[in-house]
Amino acid sequence: MTTARYWREVPQRFRLEAAKCSKCGKVFFPPRLICDACKHREFEQVNLSDEGEILSYTIIHTPPSNFSDEAPYAMAVVRLGGDANVLTQVVDCDFDDLKVGGKVRVEFRRIQEDGKSGVLQYGYKCVLAD
Amino acid sequence: MRDVAVIGVGINKWGELWEHSLRNIFVDAALKAIDDAGVDHVDSMYVGCMTSGLFVGQEHLSSLFTDYMGLNPIPATRVESACASGGVAFRSAIMEVASGMSDVVLAGGVEKMNDLDGGGVTFALATASDQEYEAYNGITFPGLYALMARAHMEKYGTTREQLAHVAVKNHANGVLNPDAQFPMKITVDTVLNSVEVADPLRLMDCSPVTDGAAALIVCPLDMASKFSKATPVRVAASTMGTDTIALHSRSDLTFLNSTATAAEKAYAMAGVGPRDIDVTEVHDCFTIAEICVTEALGYFEKGQGGAAAEAGATARDGEFPVNPSGGLKSKGHPVGATGVAQVVEIVKQLRGDAGERQIKGVKRGLTQNMGGTGGSSVVHILEAV
Amino acid sequence: MAVGIVGYGAYIPLHRIKVEEIAKVWGADAPSYKRGLMLQEKSVPAPDQDVITMSVEAARKALKRSGINPVDIGNIYIGSESHPYAVKPSGTVVAEAIGATPDIHCADFEFACKAGSESMFVSYGLVKAGLVKYGLGIGADTSQGAPGDALEYSASAGAAAFLFGEENLLATVDHTCSYTTDTPDFWRREYQFYPRHGGRFTGEPAYFKHVMGAGTKLLELSGLKPSDFQWAVFHQPNGKFPMKVGKKLGFTEEQMTQGWLVPKLGNTYSGASPLGLTAILDVAKPGDKIFMCSYGSGAGSDGFVFTAQDKLTEVQGAATQTWDQLNKARYLEYGAYAKFRGKINKLEEN
Repeated sequence: MTTARYWREVPQRFRLEAAKCSKCGKVFFPPRLICDACKHREFEQVNLSDEGEILSYTIIHTPPSNFSDEAPYAMAVVRLGGDANVLTQVVDCDFDDLKVGGKVRVEFRRIQEDGKSGVLQYGYKCVLAD
Repeated sequence: MRDVAVIGVGINKWGELWEHSLRNIFVDAALKAIDDAGVDHVDSMYVGCMTSGLFVGQEHLSSLFTDYMGLNPIPATRVESACASGGVAFRSAIMEVASGMSDVVLAGGVEKMNDLDGGGVTFALATASDQEYEAYNGITFPGLYALMARAHMEKYGTTREQLAHVAVKNHANGVLNPDAQFPMKITVDTVLNSVEVADPLRLMDCSPVTDGAAALIVCPLDMASKFSKATPVRVAASTMGTDTIALHSRSDLTFLNSTATAAEKAYAMAGVGPRDIDVTEVHDCFTIAEICVTEALGYFEKGQGGAAAEAGATARDGEFPVNPSGGLKSKGHPVGATGVAQVVEIVKQLRGDAGERQIKGVKRGLTQNMGGTGGSSVVHILEAV
Repeated sequence: MAVGIVGYGAYIPLHRIKVEEIAKVWGADAPSYKRGLMLQEKSVPAPDQDVITMSVEAARKALKRSGINPVDIGNIYIGSESHPYAVKPSGTVVAEAIGATPDIHCADFEFACKAGSESMFVSYGLVKAGLVKYGLGIGADTSQGAPGDALEYSASAGAAAFLFGEENLLATVDHTCSYTTDTPDFWRREYQFYPRHGGRFTGEPAYFKHVMGAGTKLLELSGLKPSDFQWAVFHQPNGKFPMKVGKKLGFTEEQMTQGWLVPKLGNTYSGASPLGLTAILDVAKPGDKIFMCSYGSGAGSDGFVFTAQDKLTEVQGAATQTWDQLNKARYLEYGAYAKFRGKINKLEEN
């Protein structure tokens, strides 16, 4: 991945910056140019909460090549703060503890590396909330 | 708008076609369709192919395939909609004939996947998902459908056994298909005990990686008999629906809105309902996909697709025979070719030409082809004339 | 105008490996290592954790406790000997992640295990000089010990972050000092994966000389006696050294136990004494005096005297406390540990 393509998404990956439609209040992550609900084109910046709930989960056993050393790992669709959904890994957990409705919180983690000499790519993962 | 008919079909034996290149695989199927149609010319061509660029470094298929078909200088369009590329290619060809712009149009689909290793294939297929917000975080396609499956199991009580029944049924059909990649019988236990891929999906819940192509010739219905002796098959409906690219953007992870939208419009266009469909080919990229699709097509109540499959409702002798070809699971899934191959099967069924797979008395069939996790869906209804 | 700590945070990764597990693989005598090092187990960073990720989490906790707006942070310094990049700062990634960019000064610090206390030292200095409103100093490491080497038992991972300012202080900084000489006790050359050390030379002429040097100077500067302090924390490469040097300076075990994390945590290098300080801040009462001396090979020691303030008790519970993080553990076998730490030779990527 070129560094520009990685760098462009940093406000979302590092700070969960989202956009709230000024007309109908729907929250978009990542931000968009037009609201798909009411077609309004103005938004205010909001940051997603770092606390959420698992809507569904899976355990990846056959990973893509850039994640090959991590398998098996858990991934979940998580609703953050009741506002918007994200798809993240769930780490530092026993797979048996995963359940739909489980509470999680976001942690800053390394997501990928561009080989041995390329840029390190960071982002959001979740851990189970105590 | 003119009525459109399918008058020619062509398909090759699918599998790991080491000796055959992308161009030859396509040309082989396309020539078969032209021969089957009995046409002496082609006005225009549409090719569905998801990503020849990533798989073999080749783009500009409009030029490559018309060249190798000996069809220069006719117009040609490469169509991409992830795994729905073939279905959209067919839809595009229909529109060109219906509009009066052309008379004889070739609609083909192809994918040459096996030159890449597993990691490379996974990477290429992941381009059908949201690169920055799904693939970036480590998800795979089996993983996305596994999330769908887990949600379906949680919401409706669907079981792994019910998912397995879909694979078993499709293999039982595929055994009778000489072009299928994996024409072998399997059992529910085979599926349940196969290698873990993305919980709860196992290897046998997933369609394979395949090289192959399929092709169709379409023309105005009132010209069909000029070219072909076979029963013309009329396109009664051709529709498409889209949905969010990311699975997690949807309010219901278990519902394929793109398919439901396309199906609703297709039934309206054809003036029929689900019960009027005699035979169906759906996009079973994963067992759960077939279950969700049959619900979105209105064959079964929301959430009941698993129980229906388990009860045999989608078997060859069931109320809604689904995937008599063996589906993607047994027949194979060369991504861009699938949508076209589904039509090939339905046309053969409607012509009474499906050999041992023939379902008796079929007059109307439906194909459903889907991209990604349902970001795009294409539905066609075809009728024997 | 008093300057001091306005926020603090700690981050300790979840995974651990026990001394017995490492000793088993190398055929070493576990009980004698445990006795000799006064160490039972150490923290292990997961493959997706590094100095940057841990610093972000520690800094976020410091922000929570401070209640300040991150845009008001005037500097971010991260001290480590395991920065993820040889060239490209860790600090910019962390600054971006906590929303402190672009009006901020950033530098990465390095001085073996002392780099964390250096970031604190300089951040405090900038606030005191009136150049920044708030300064963020972080010590973090994911250091490696060579397989089979003594350091493998103790080299661990963790991060501690401190915000310095002039208002709403949790603890004042009353005195600082530093003691530095050129002493080659432990080093890592460029392009080498593991560090090397001088064996027993790392003791008296290195650790003890410099901690005693800074510690004695700090007591003189402050005009206080060890018994005037409620808490003391020293650099902790193993369990033995800090206890020995603390007692030599006149401190008791009771004063040192709260900040003595190493028997369960291992040596978090640039995070070592800073993390010990966070553990003390978690329980200190207003008016408590805290004595801290770091140590970094090469060599040098930074000393601080802090006095806890009233506001501290309001925020101790605002983020996960250090001992709570330390006591939450998942144990690894050596194979998983080696994989996590990248110690296994894999096929060269092309």
